[in-house]
Amino acid sequence: MSNHSQAHPAHLQHHFVDSDQQFDAAKMGMWVFIVNEILFFGGLFCAYIVFRAWYPDLFTQAATELNTVWGAVNTLVLIGSSLTVAMAIRSAQKNQIKGLQINLLITIALACVFLLIKYFEYSHKLHIGIWPGAELYTYEGIDHPLAHVFFSIYYVMTGIHAIHIIVGIGLMIWIYIRAKKNEFGSEYYTPVEMVGLYWHLVDVIWIFLFPLLYLIE
Amino acid sequence: MATAEVSNKKTLKVQRFKPSDNPSNTYLTDEKGVWAWMTTVDHKKIGIMYLVAVAIFFAVGGALALLLRTELMTPAKTFIEADTYNQLFTLHGAIMVFFVLVPSIPAALGNFIMPMQLGAKDVAFPKLNLASFYIYVAGAIFTFIALAQHGLDTGWTFYTPYSTESSSSVIWVTMGVFILGFSSILTGTNFITTIHKMRAPGITWGKLPLNVWALYATSIIQVLATPVLAITVLLLTMERWLGFGIFDPALGGDPVLFQHFFWFYSHPAVYIMIVPGFGIISEVISTFSKKTVFGYWAIALSSLAIAFIGFLVWGHHMFTSGQSAVATTVFSFLTFLVGIPTGIKIFNWIATLYKGSIKMDTPMIYVFIFLFLFSIGGFTGIMLGALSVDIHLHDTYYVVAHFHYVMMGGTLIALLAGLHFWWPKMTGKLYNEKLAKIASVFIFVGFNVTFLPQFVMGAQGMPRRYYNYVDQFTAFHQTSTIGSYLLGVGFLIILYYLMHSLFKGAKSPANPWGSRGLEWQATSPPDFHNFDHTPVVIHGPYDYHQPMEEFQLGLAVDTNGHDSETAKEVVDKEREQWKNYSLG
Repeated sequence: MSNHSQAHPAHLQHHFVDSDQQFDAAKMGMWVFIVNEILFFGGLFCAYIVFRAWYPDLFTQAATELNTVWGAVNTLVLIGSSLTVAMAIRSAQKNQIKGLQINLLITIALACVFLLIKYFEYSHKLHIGIWPGAELYTYEGIDHPLAHVFFSIYYVMTGIHAIHIIVGIGLMIWIYIRAKKNEFGSEYYTPVEMVGLYWHLVDVIWIFLFPLLYLIE
Repeated sequence: MATAEVSNKKTLKVQRFKPSDNPSNTYLTDEKGVWAWMTTVDHKKIGIMYLVAVAIFFAVGGALALLLRTELMTPAKTFIEADTYNQLFTLHGAIMVFFVLVPSIPAALGNFIMPMQLGAKDVAFPKLNLASFYIYVAGAIFTFIALAQHGLDTGWTFYTPYSTESSSSVIWVTMGVFILGFSSILTGTNFITTIHKMRAPGITWGKLPLNVWALYATSIIQVLATPVLAITVLLLTMERWLGFGIFDPALGGDPVLFQHFFWFYSHPAVYIMIVPGFGIISEVISTFSKKTVFGYWAIALSSLAIAFIGFLVWGHHMFTSGQSAVATTVFSFLTFLVGIPTGIKIFNWIATLYKGSIKMDTPMIYVFIFLFLFSIGGFTGIMLGALSVDIHLHDTYYVVAHFHYVMMGGTLIALLAGLHFWWPKMTGKLYNEKLAKIASVFIFVGFNVTFLPQFVMGAQGMPRRYYNYVDQFTAFHQTSTIGSYLLGVGFLIILYYLMHSLFKGAKSPANPWGSRGLEWQATSPPDFHNFDHTPVVIHGPYDYHQPMEEFQLGLAVDTNGHDSETAKEVVDKEREQWKNYSLG
């Protein structure tokens, strides 16, 4: 290519003309991916809407089994982590590598707290016999023949969300390691921003899940 | 003209880069060896790998079809058991839809051609592109595991409650389809970003080749629809595995809800299959008419219109499933709407032919076959969209014939047109034109002999997917079977001359068809980075009234701070449109 001879920054991939194009492409790709994710969860929300419209009693009865307090705590934890990941991006943009690392660590810690609380919620339910699916479900406390359907929807929605949290933790560890190697700064912080966008998405989905599952009456 | 406006303009120094007919370095000579191929991030090599994979699956799916047709030679058992027959038609459908039609044009031809049409070095995310190929392979492995176990006998649509009760390996296949979906999503995401961000200087939206517009519309459908399929098959897997109670009526679920979920993806998916075919037709028809495409914007935007309307018609698969009368009526009406943008395309293509210098080379022959077969497929689709007629025709061979006319007569014929059109570009070799024409006759005749009788027997009441049939349909079934053998022969001839061309074919010049398309201004086969320069585009992709030199421009090479002797400034009103481009 005509511009082969020119020196270009280490992070610039060969097929892009310049860093701006690379950043714009990454950001656009990430937004398209987020649209994907929304459609993916959209299917689940659709199932939720259909069953709630058919069996409103089921949902109000079964939702009382969910622990609103811990759900609320988890909501705060995730919103907090969204703040810290935003601060991580800001630190990267302002070349504050130490701040970037610290904010990433706090975000990872908060994500782990979320998973821990989720673990206790799940294990309590499994303990009393609330399992996903009609075959394993043995709990007698809800007087509705389709109680298992609500919890199937609950488990698949929160479960897929939890998988996203785990992926997010993995991504942030990866970003943290790269930040340690001093790969990011005001010149190049694309991966940090992309992981941040992903994390906000995971957070927003939870913000919809929490009232839909925990707060219905 | 105000001076302020003039100062806004960016001046480009360009020179002509005539593509060599004897390139010393090509993408095939760089990065040689099996390992280099398997780990390559080059969109051209990935496109070729997809093409090979799709061809293999097509051979498998085709062989299954021939077995099916052979079994249907006689009204009772011919040579295979009924259960095996169920598995054969299921696998034929699942393989052809998920492993052949969906990835065929976008992932194989699109991957190879689209970045070149944009003058880009690669797609926006090359590693993701390679990943999507391996995800496709992983999905295929899951499907083969299912084959090795108990097969699949639910039909490719996996309707509940049968799919939750069937003793065949449903979970392996649904997981395979789940994984495959990610391959499709990644390709779509990659293409959208590439088309937005990777265009060479001068390629405005109004100068985008129609193939790119079609791929853009396809990618939008892929991105919006495929995640819904993913969640549907995931829920189906859970239903089967744990008894979720969402789709299975025995557990409190609703099977029609499954059908809604499934067709919310799978109806747009038929546009994932056909719309990229439209793109190929536009390219070929313009090249072989030596004429500007008629109604550029009409063709470009009708692709987007199809993508949009395609999302609103899924309910027409459930006219007999107990959907409400209001919903059925609305879906029926919306279904008719799809005919409008499709008709716009057909009329514009015909108008492109008008007074063109038509050259009947093999790709163009396939275009004519496409126009003929796809129109029949489209019109019969309108009949199926009509409520009262559909009640009679639902689940008969009429439906089978309709979607084969659209999917095979449309998508696959367009794929053949594209394959023959771009074969010299991809391989640098010419194929035997005479054999290619003979094969196209076999394909055309074989196709019609196979599927025309199916319209008739379907209308007379022959249900689809049946193992046995009453004697009155014998003649139709036997004609159809003979037609399928003709088709098989046609594809074998194609395989023969393409392989022959690959190993012993004559060398192709850079631009054997005299096309104005940007991909033809690279060498055949292209350089590892597609172009040896940064292409600059000043004309539309179909401006056959402009001289060829002006389609071969690129950024002038800077030699020691002085402009190259051949470099010249482009002074053109079009230049105004470049001002938003960052040129680095």
